[in-house]
Amino acid sequence: MAQLKIIVLMKQVPDPNVEVEIDEKTGVIKREKVEAVVNPLDLHALEEALRIKEKYGAHVTVISMGPPMAEAVLREAIALGADRAILLSDRALAGSDTLATSYALSKAIEKVGEYDLILCGLKATDGETGQVGPEISSFLGIPVLTYISKLELKDSRTIVAERIVEGGYQIVEASLPAIVTVVREINEPRLPTLRGKIKAKSAEIETWTVADIGVDPRNVGLEGSPTRVVKVYSAKIARRGRIVGGEDPEKAVDELIKFLMERGLI
Amino acid sequence: MSEHVGVLTVSEFRDGSLQPVSFELLNVGRKLADKLGKLADKLGAKLMTVLIGYKVKEHAMELIYRGADEVYVLDDKRFKDFIAETYANAIVHVIKNVKPEIVVASATTTGRTVMPKVAAMLRTGLTADCTSLDIDPEDKMLVQIRPAIGGNVMATIKTPRHRPQMATLRPKIYREAERDTSRSGKIIEVKPPEHIFETRVKVLGFRRDLSQEIDIEKADIVVAGGKGLKKKENFDLIFELAKVLGGAVGASRAAVDHGWIPYSHQIGLSGKTVSPRLYIAVGISGAIQHLAGMKTSETVVAINNDPDAPIFKVCDFGIVGDLFEILPILMEKLKRLKEGKA
Repeated sequence: MAQLKIIVLMKQVPDPNVEVEIDEKTGVIKREKVEAVVNPLDLHALEEALRIKEKYGAHVTVISMGPPMAEAVLREAIALGADRAILLSDRALAGSDTLATSYALSKAIEKVGEYDLILCGLKATDGETGQVGPEISSFLGIPVLTYISKLELKDSRTIVAERIVEGGYQIVEASLPAIVTVVREINEPRLPTLRGKIKAKSAEIETWTVADIGVDPRNVGLEGSPTRVVKVYSAKIARRGRIVGGEDPEKAVDELIKFLMERGLI
Repeated sequence: MSEHVGVLTVSEFRDGSLQPVSFELLNVGRKLADKLGKLADKLGAKLMTVLIGYKVKEHAMELIYRGADEVYVLDDKRFKDFIAETYANAIVHVIKNVKPEIVVASATTTGRTVMPKVAAMLRTGLTADCTSLDIDPEDKMLVQIRPAIGGNVMATIKTPRHRPQMATLRPKIYREAERDTSRSGKIIEVKPPEHIFETRVKVLGFRRDLSQEIDIEKADIVVAGGKGLKKKENFDLIFELAKVLGGAVGASRAAVDHGWIPYSHQIGLSGKTVSPRLYIAVGISGAIQHLAGMKTSETVVAINNDPDAPIFKVCDFGIVGDLFEILPILMEKLKRLKEGKA
């Protein structure tokens, strides 16, 4: 089998386990205290690429779009076993919505050139849109398989995969090249080895600008984004419920049961 | 831009029937169309829907009963199974012909896969997973509201210069449109051009997931557990309580992330949305991420040992206490109550 060429798309996100606060007066998000991490589902995407590489032999290129600090994501990918790392970084990209992001990433993918399989997480924890994978598939004119929990190579040109959808799993087959978005059930990501970490420290991270990928700055960033965020505010959902203490659990439970009976719920 | 008129919803058909999300879309679609109509000094703008599938024709009338003025039907054996490419091609074909101002689909796995493809093909914007849609009376634009930054904040989004304005809508936020059999409308059968079916994807089959005995999205009672349960074995308490109450089991993202329960039980922004008659949150702090998936529940009960947990601000009844003390007593009393009734 000819060596497969795999591209993995990875994003740096604010640590999803830390609750982000918002300045009520200015509507600005207080991000400074939140650590930046690799989008968790993208680690599953990379893991799947590395497993294919181990089993069949493959060359794995990782692309990340973001500010210069997103380089950390790429070093982590190298430490885990990726072969090539590209940071797509340009001030002109700031403020890109999913369409502009997908356009820029698909141009970067085209510059990489040959590819058989593109992998990425179903969605990122910050935007939670899940739109970039399918949008890239339209820009590149290749099939997209979303919500993938299981992926196998049937032969060098064909994948068979399972999609987690409402009520079960849809089993699909696609001929390559294709783009696949994965969910966490697909695998358990590995941890980097010491050797990998050492290698990552000195690894070359290529940095590409919009000019490098042949993109007109007007087609990306805020200007190239059809959608506009016009307001951001804290999500306040309030109900005025009765709160009882649990020092006397018996009493608290009795009150709860009384409440549920009054409402006809039990 | 001015040539774009009306609202188009994307109906969903699966397992031989129209999915309820189709009627939720027609409910919100009707509201948007009527508002647009009023602003333009008309009775109402046109509400259209597209129905794609195999043997779907006979279901088109139902969509008119639920509020559609026009139903565009694409009925073909090759649409039997959902394939992102062919469905996207079909939707783009209809949009290019009817030129709607607004397109709304449901944020199901289908909608969230096909709509971004459609948006990229049309080079327009798409707002994912909206929890509310409205028309701005001043600029007549679609106001798209969705949770952002992991669900901690809400964002209002507009699509100023591109048409159509497109959004996917979270299921179960809007009620299903009322059925009115006196309504009339037009059913238009669209003969899709052959190129629509060109794809390198084949559907091989479908495997039902039997792990969920009760579908949590349809359950009347949901008992959900979170980080407060501390370890996997303790999650049995949630299953037990759900069993006593005849409810389904849900979980917060933290519980799923810890591997205590499969993702299919996750409730919240990145999981499922439920709106049962009774929602019991046990050991769940209530991050916005979670609240986004259960806030439309009729009655919310919270049990948590942290008095400052945000879940207490959205509950109808809360116990600040140790769940490991409270749950056994609660189950004991509920069982006794049941026996007493029997």
